[in-house]
Amino acid sequence: MAENLPEISSEPIVAGVTAHSNFLVSTGATGTKFLSELRDNKKIMGIKCPKCSKVYVPPRTHCPTCFARMSEWVELSGKGSLSSYTVVRYKEPYMPKEPPYAYGVIQMDGADTGMAHILGEVDLDKIKVGMRLEPVFKEQREGSILDIDYFKPSS
Amino acid sequence: MAGRVGVVAVAQTKFEEKKATEHTAELMYNVTREVMGQTGLEFKEDGTGIDATLAASYDLFSGPAGAYMFLGYVVGAYRREDERVLEDGSLAVYYGAMQILSGHVDTVLLVSYNKESSVGKNLIEWVGMDQIYQRRIGLDFVSAAGLQAMRYTTKYGITPEQCAKVVVKSHRNAANNPYAMCCDNITVEDVLRSTMLCDPIRVQEAKPTPVDGACAIILASEEKARKITDKPVWITGFGSCYDHHELGYRDLADCEALTTAAQRAYKMAGITNPLKTFDLAEISEQYAYQELLWSEGLGFCGKGEGGKLIDSGKTQMGGDLPINPSGGMLSGLPVCVAGMQRVAECVVQLRGEAGDRQVPGAKKAVAHGVDGPAGQLQCVITLEN
Repeated sequence: MAENLPEISSEPIVAGVTAHSNFLVSTGATGTKFLSELRDNKKIMGIKCPKCSKVYVPPRTHCPTCFARMSEWVELSGKGSLSSYTVVRYKEPYMPKEPPYAYGVIQMDGADTGMAHILGEVDLDKIKVGMRLEPVFKEQREGSILDIDYFKPSS
Repeated sequence: MAGRVGVVAVAQTKFEEKKATEHTAELMYNVTREVMGQTGLEFKEDGTGIDATLAASYDLFSGPAGAYMFLGYVVGAYRREDERVLEDGSLAVYYGAMQILSGHVDTVLLVSYNKESSVGKNLIEWVGMDQIYQRRIGLDFVSAAGLQAMRYTTKYGITPEQCAKVVVKSHRNAANNPYAMCCDNITVEDVLRSTMLCDPIRVQEAKPTPVDGACAIILASEEKARKITDKPVWITGFGSCYDHHELGYRDLADCEALTTAAQRAYKMAGITNPLKTFDLAEISEQYAYQELLWSEGLGFCGKGEGGKLIDSGKTQMGGDLPINPSGGMLSGLPVCVAGMQRVAECVVQLRGEAGDRQVPGAKKAVAHGVDGPAGQLQCVITLEN
């Protein structure tokens, strides 16, 4: 039996604060290697499991299936096929592009996983699962997954 | 199972877009008082009352959290045995059942709460993405769902009409549920005409947000449950499973984590044919396509057959296995509360107290909870009366 709560005699008062803080995350040896290759050499590196030989991109320290430590790097061409996509038509402050824009899961040649990223230089109504893609790097790079500006359809 | 765990009381608030006049603590107090009133149990340490409390909450919505600030005084956790579960409320049911099965306690009060109106849901879920890769590119749970919906519908040829039918069914069922937030006489055409949110998901195909509300449950050991109520509902099985967080590491068209969680629960309960066994299912579909995909994971149909299942009419009220007689998440439930409320709805049905939304003679039911991007975490609870 719920008890009756006291009546509110005025407009309900809302208590609120706004705070700003940075999320600063150490990317570790694996993340630093991957991100510095993007920044310094415009290279997308996969990492290979010594047990099951699967190549993961973006890389992780351990194979999720085998739990083996991964340390063998594999250079990928960056080209791949689109396995899924979506078009963002709502707006949030954390978005790196002005909506509408598209995300895709890119199945990269030579890798066994897909990688999610932004799609660009593409008509949003003509994106097709299976289409071939290649990365476009930013001129100014800082060691971030966003050093790849987006993936565009391969000519 | 060594002895059984019984659900002896459930309570839920009315779910609303904004409960502007109530503090979160008041929502929790109301549902807590209600389940205490139903059972006559008080907080006591002499073995005659509630032994422990367990709250499910999303700290990022409420501040961390209920835990320090108000949980103690409203759910009687003050200077008592108290635990907390992050993520979905179904996990609190799982955890509470294990507390009892371990023999550590005989009665547990579970509470889940969320006021989505306190803060932007998309922002909170964006913080739920990994910091180095997916959060950095701006992916949140909506765009993760968009990627899953596109992959699933493309791989298996699921049509927009089949997804829209889920919304129509949800709203029609919600009209019979006095706790549900929304219900209007929406048609397939209305859904397909609504604004695109995140292709191929339309605004009407996404769970409404914000939604505020709370839910409470009391679990008891078999012996205690029989003393507390003459209508106990038994938890017969439970299972959970996490998939990989990185969306590209999974085939988003298949919900392997749910298949695994369901098989764990069904094995425990001795269930081999879920479509035939259950009289109803209350599942957590935050987006219309998910009811179809989760139906596959829960074993109600084969892979890629979720569209055919809704076309068959089997999942409507009056069908072989009504899914979400309550209206489900598409009719408006807060994240985190949803999974526990799914269990509570099954209990109300199995007690025969579901009013206009009652599935006649319901004996066995399955509840399902979910969290994380594109259904990364899945939890399944089976119940019978």
